Amino acid sequence: MAVTKAPPRTRDTAEDPGEDRHPAPEQEARRLNSPLVLTLLMVLVVLFQGPIRQALGAPVMQSWMTVFVAVLVQALPFLVLGVLLSAAIAVFVPPSFFARALPKNPVLAVPVAGAAGVVLPGCECASVPVAGALVRRGVTPAAALAFLLSAPAINPIVLTATAIAFPRNPEMVVARLVASLLVACAMGWLWLRIGRTDLMKPPARESYEGQGKGAAFWGSVRHDVMHAGGFLVVGAMAAATLKAVVPQTWLRAAAENPVIAVLALAALAVVLSICSEADAFVAASLTQFSLTARLTFLVVGPMIDLKLFAMQTGTFGRAFALRFAPATLVLAIGVSVLTGAVLL
Amino acid sequence: MNRQAQSAILFVLGAALLHAGLTDLYLRYVKAGLRPLVLAAGVVLIATALATAWYEWRNKPKEREQKEHAHREPLVSWLLVLPLFALILVAPPALGSYSAMRTGTALQQSYGVQKLPASGPLRLSLADYAGRAVYEHGEGLAGRQITITGFVALDHSGAPYLVRMALNCCAADAQPVKIGLTGQIPPVLRPDSWLQVTGTYTAKRTKDTVNGGPIPYLEVTVAKPVASPRDPYDETWNN
Repeated sequence: MAVTKAPPRTRDTAEDPGEDRHPAPEQEARRLNSPLVLTLLMVLVVLFQGPIRQALGAPVMQSWMTVFVAVLVQALPFLVLGVLLSAAIAVFVPPSFFARALPKNPVLAVPVAGAAGVVLPGCECASVPVAGALVRRGVTPAAALAFLLSAPAINPIVLTATAIAFPRNPEMVVARLVASLLVACAMGWLWLRIGRTDLMKPPARESYEGQGKGAAFWGSVRHDVMHAGGFLVVGAMAAATLKAVVPQTWLRAAAENPVIAVLALAALAVVLSICSEADAFVAASLTQFSLTARLTFLVVGPMIDLKLFAMQTGTFGRAFALRFAPATLVLAIGVSVLTGAVLL
Repeated sequence: MNRQAQSAILFVLGAALLHAGLTDLYLRYVKAGLRPLVLAAGVVLIATALATAWYEWRNKPKEREQKEHAHREPLVSWLLVLPLFALILVAPPALGSYSAMRTGTALQQSYGVQKLPASGPLRLSLADYAGRAVYEHGEGLAGRQITITGFVALDHSGAPYLVRMALNCCAADAQPVKIGLTGQIPPVLRPDSWLQVTGTYTAKRTKDTVNGGPIPYLEVTVAKPVASPRDPYDETWNN
């Protein structure tokens, strides 16, 4: 992997920033660089594909690559769906619509936005760009965050999958719905109380003023795919590494202690970064764990995992993601345990 | 990265998705049901690439100046070339014996088991045989000729298993269902090669060393190598 990975990074750090920040006439020639670098890179990789394939021949590397490609092929369609929705919100829906649709009082807007997550049928990759577009469209950040957290967990596709995966425990579906909504609303309200706007990166994007709607729409799609897509790759690499390297026997040891079991499955949900439409089946197969521990897995996974963390960093900024992600994790674990104690 | 390079990456990424979706390549990574979505995503990415190139070409003189100050895409966008190389040049194989032996068997009791035909040879899916052998105690299997297809995996001691990976969404959630092979096993077994074995039910069991899950055995009489199936994963859980 080192062979394919190294060139874009090194070339990039050397050239792109200079190109970015100091647009000077003498750098006119250097502007040609990124297409040139891309072409060179492709030619080089094609030339050396023999040695590269050989280096990737070991079973660990093959399994790593398969999981890496699989996460991307599976997530890209949902990312594209979310990006199209987000572009449509940004270009065709006037800000006044959201002002009318959501309650004026932000405290009430949070649960309404959280419950509205039901209508976005997809997994968590779609919800990050949509939430970003909502914030840019003037929706109060707390409500957009509630939507961001609830949408991947409580939409009908995910709840149906959960019901199919736990045929003997229909209460699992209710517990997942309740716990996810509670965490989403609690995080929204928490943001209202202690969140600061300077933590959230100002919507970094070119203004589309003075452009046609078509240009604005496609500009937004391009921008979001390049941004979120890059971070999606980071997440997929992390997930593939953990799937291919961490031994499963560790899980068996963890299942024996109820407290460690909950924490272990929460950690597993974060590192595995499985699509929320599939995580119920994985949870169902972790039969050595208690139902509460598996509920934690189902509540934590769609709200915070490595892939999502990378994407949130890209959309809302690092300062935000570093605070938001741990808070979500702690709250999700706490609420899951409480819900599990009451419902399961 | 400037817009031309972005346009190129988007185009090739879209083309790679279309290529994977139009051939059977996508079946190595995701479930069959995702095909329309993969194709649609490919089309949208190509449309985005073309639109980017077109607006770039049309607005060239007017936008030049404005673009100088506009913020560009972050370095992380360059990582999008990795899946391109992985998908186009390497096209990694479906998960095989390495992941299978690292992961515990995912055999689960299924409900509404269908009745088997009363007599004659049986052709069962691997998970179906394993489920009936473990949870129905081999009811209706005893004394019958059973044919099963799967790939070979060997554990640390070299004992052979026949495995099928079961998949719900993508290869990241794929989990193996294993059966042990006993009886007349071919002397040389290559991991990851696909076999069609014919044999009889045996009450022999073992426990998966990874998660302690049950692994039933099949008493093999004939084993012949076969080509890997079109869809390497068992997707019965999706229905």
